[in-house]
Amino acid sequence: MWAFLHKLGSPKGFYAISGRWLPALWGVAVALILVGGVWGLVFAPADYQQGNSFRIIYVHVPAAFLAQSIFVAMAVAGLVFMVWKIKLADMAAAMMAPLGAGMTFVALFSGAVWGVPTWGTWWQWDARLTSMLILLFLYIGVIALRGAFVSRDGGARAASLLAMVGVINIPIIKFSVEWWYTLHQPASFSITEKPAMPAEMWLPLLSMVLGFYAFFLAVTLTRTRSEILRRESSKRWVRALVEERR
Amino acid sequence: MSSDEPAGGLSLAWRATLRRDLVLRLRRPGEVLNPLAFFALVITLFPLGLSPSASLLATIAPGLLWVAALLAALLSLDGMFRDDAEDGSLEQLLLSPQPLPALAMAKVAAHWLLTGLPLALMAPLLGVMLSLPAGSYGVLALSLALGSASLSLIGAIGAALTVGVPRGGVLLSLLVLPLYIPVLIFGVGAVQAAAQGDGVAAHLAILGALLAAGLTLAPFAIAAALRIGLNG
Repeated sequence: MWAFLHKLGSPKGFYAISGRWLPALWGVAVALILVGGVWGLVFAPADYQQGNSFRIIYVHVPAAFLAQSIFVAMAVAGLVFMVWKIKLADMAAAMMAPLGAGMTFVALFSGAVWGVPTWGTWWQWDARLTSMLILLFLYIGVIALRGAFVSRDGGARAASLLAMVGVINIPIIKFSVEWWYTLHQPASFSITEKPAMPAEMWLPLLSMVLGFYAFFLAVTLTRTRSEILRRESSKRWVRALVEERR
Repeated sequence: MSSDEPAGGLSLAWRATLRRDLVLRLRRPGEVLNPLAFFALVITLFPLGLSPSASLLATIAPGLLWVAALLAALLSLDGMFRDDAEDGSLEQLLLSPQPLPALAMAKVAAHWLLTGLPLALMAPLLGVMLSLPAGSYGVLALSLALGSASLSLIGAIGAALTVGVPRGGVLLSLLVLPLYIPVLIFGVGAVQAAAQGDGVAAHLAILGALLAAGLTLAPFAIAAALRIGLNG
């Protein structure tokens, strides 16, 4: 077990092991998203109130899940990097950040598009929307901080620390924004109360959520692998690998 | 404590750091006064930009005062560690035998005493100009004093992280502003409640809780950030 973990922690071992996992992971991701997408967008029954516009949920909810999970994953990777100095954790964190920011944007954008037919407005200062917007700013801050450092190690440690500070603050921000929202009482509609969904509606949603998570893992692994090759390009095993492929 | 260390080593070092920072800042009074002038100027812009009607200004005054004070405090953050980093005294702080989190707190305290506290004391005056309802001035000053201490603590993390980044000012605000939001919400909440004659204890208690959490967690984050920021 420890020997396996040790091998997984070294760039060379990780490159070899992840190469074996990757095709299966991509297969699972594509299959789940295809099944969930086609089922949800074509075959699931239309909502009795919202009609077909509710189908945005099949993109919106998985993206919102990922947006929050990726930030936590990034902070955990940052902690691993800061405590055990495992460079691989930092490479993964660096590769996750843009995807997380992208997912946050997708969640916000799909929410805005969904808002037009259901609420009649693109944007509403709702607690969830607001905290999602703040999450996007946190992602941008982490990415910008990493880029601002000249030395890669300094940027890596700074981004790790900021991700950890952010993860402690996210619950505080979420809680305070929710309180602020109830203080203001701006509108009468609510998106916090979910109608009970029939199985033919939530099963495709489940498939999409799992598919998005598999997609996130697959993308992170793929990008981390190319980052390994980039950072370790002077190492002998990378050169041997390149010669082999040539 | 080792035997060759003079008695009261940490408290001596803490007081010396605080005193040094206060003296250095007070020798350049412009840097202390600039955030206050900025605060007054921003508040002046709003009646010009929105409307001079007292009833409108009174309703939005709590938010305006808090946002302007927050931006003024943000403006002064960049200098918190930068001068010390440039003349090398920050490295001496890192090398000193005293725990860095404690010494960093002395610098944060100096920053708050010369930025947050003056802003809090000045806010009621600007509140009068925005025709903030009577009876909320004390709460305004108190909430700003409590809240700006949290702002200094959170801001110090960002200032320490960007100390090695040239022209880090914009980056600093990008890092710090999202983390300021909870303080802003409860600070404005306290003043709004006071203006409407509601109880303010809950909001002030949460501001105090945020400060307590910041006081316990932030020193270690600031110390780690200083080591990262200086060593690159």
